[in-house]
Amino acid sequence: MRLNESTVISAPPEVVWEYLSDLDNYMHFMSGITRWQADGEQTTGLGARRRMLLKVGSAEVGGLIEMVEWDPPNDLAWSSVSGVDQRGRLRLRKAGKASTRVELRYAYGVAGGGLSGMISERLSARTISGHLHASLAQLKRLIENERSVMSWDRG
Amino acid sequence: MSDRGELTRQPLTNGNGARNGAAPKTPARAPLDGVAEQVGRLGGETAKLGQKAAGALMSRLGRRIQGRLTADLDDRDPDYIRENLPLSWLIASVWYRAEVRNLKNVPEQGRVLMVGNHSGGNLSPETITVTLAFCTYFGVERRFHQLAHNLVLASPLGPYLRNYGTVAASHSNARKALEAEAAVLVFPGGDWEVHRPSWQGSKIDFGGRKGFIRLALEQNAPIVPVVTIGGQETALWLDRGTWLAQFLRLDKTLRLKVLPILIAPPWGLTVGDFLPRLPLPAKITSEVLPPIDIRERFGEDPDIDEVYTYITELMQETLDGLAAERRFPIIG
Repeated sequence: MRLNESTVISAPPEVVWEYLSDLDNYMHFMSGITRWQADGEQTTGLGARRRMLLKVGSAEVGGLIEMVEWDPPNDLAWSSVSGVDQRGRLRLRKAGKASTRVELRYAYGVAGGGLSGMISERLSARTISGHLHASLAQLKRLIENERSVMSWDRG
Repeated sequence: MSDRGELTRQPLTNGNGARNGAAPKTPARAPLDGVAEQVGRLGGETAKLGQKAAGALMSRLGRRIQGRLTADLDDRDPDYIRENLPLSWLIASVWYRAEVRNLKNVPEQGRVLMVGNHSGGNLSPETITVTLAFCTYFGVERRFHQLAHNLVLASPLGPYLRNYGTVAASHSNARKALEAEAAVLVFPGGDWEVHRPSWQGSKIDFGGRKGFIRLALEQNAPIVPVVTIGGQETALWLDRGTWLAQFLRLDKTLRLKVLPILIAPPWGLTVGDFLPRLPLPAKITSEVLPPIDIRERFGEDPDIDEVYTYITELMQETLDGLAAERRFPIIG
C-alpha cells in the first residue's frame, strides 16, 4: 500500500532540512508514533537506525528502520530492517521564493497476503493516511512558528 | 447417586413423617412404601451407572488428549505468526476494538512471567489481543509462550495455537519456556476464573492458585501483571457448573473443575463451552503493570501468601479502574 501526503511550508528547503535532519525531532511532529529510539551509536545521517512503533488500530506496529538515502536538502528515505515491511520518504522541493513543498511518502506491506492481509491493509490505510496528514501539519506549524519567533526576536 | 435416590423417595413419606426406607414407627406399612423404596433404589443405581459410564468415557478421552499433547517449544513458528498477524489484527481491531496499554512495562529482554486474569471462556479474547500486541511491539522474533488448558490445545484450534507458542499449562512447561529466556503468559485462575458468571466480570479470582509465585521465585523471573476487562461480556455466563463437573468426574479425568452453563450465539443455552460459538463484540481493554521483583520487594525468603495477596489486590485495583472507565456493557 502506497500513501502520499504533502504540504507547503513557508521556509526555504535548507531550513526545513535542518529540522528534519535531526532525527530526534521526529517525536515532536510524527503523529501516532509511540516509540522512536536510536539503535546504535549513529543517531543521524545515512545508516542511522531507529526502533519505531506506530499506533494502528489495536496494535503498535513497526520495527527497526534504517536511513537508506540522505541527500541534503532534497531527499531522505528509510527502509525497514525488521518488523513490518515499510519504506518512507521525505521529499523537499522549492515552491516559490521562500517556501518548500514537503512530500511524505509511505509504503508498507502486510506479510502473508490473503484476504485478511488485503482487508487489514485497506483498513489500516485510513489510519496511517490520517497520521501522515497530521504529521505534516504539525511539521509546518513547528517550523513556521519557530521562524516567526526568530524573526520577532531579531525585530 | 444417593442424592437422586433420596429425591425420588422424599415426596413419598408415610403418615408419621418417616421417610420411606427408614424404619416405620408403626408396624403397619402403607402398600405404596415398598414400591417407592424400589423406585428410589432403582433411581440411585441408574444414576450411579450413568456416572460410572461418564467417568469411563471421560477417562478414555482424557488419555487420548494427553497423548496428543506435546510441549515442544520449537513448535512456535515466528514466520507463521508474522504471516497471520493481519488476521489477529483484524479480530482485535475491528471485532474487539482492543487496547493493550503500557507494554513498555515488560522488560526489553530476558525471561519474564506475565500473569493475567482470564476471561471469555474457551475463546478467551485477551490471549489473541495480548499476543498480537506483544508480537507487534517486540517483534515476532522475541520468544513468547502462552500456557493453555489441555482441552484448548487438543481442540481443532490446537495446531494453530501451537504455532503461536501456546503450550499445555504445566509447571514443567512454564519452567522450560522461562529457562529459554522467553516471556511466558500464564493465567493462574485458569478454567475456574475464565468461566465465572458474567456479573463477576470485574473480579480477579485465581481460586487461591499460587504456583506462579513459586515458579517466578524458582526461575528468578520478574512478574508482570496483565489486567484485562471485557472478556466476560462476550457471552452470558450463568454458572460455572462445578457440581456438574464433579458429577461427571471431569475434575478427575480432564482436570476440569467446571462445566459452565452459558447463553451464547448461535446456540442459545449451552453447557460446556466446547462448541464453536460467535463471541459478542465486547471491547477488550488490557493494562500491563510495572514488573515486580518478588525478592527485591519481599526479601530473600518471601511469604507466598503475602505475595499472592499483594499481586491479586494490585490487579483488583487496576481492574476496578478499568471497570470505572466502562460506560456500557459490550460497547465499553
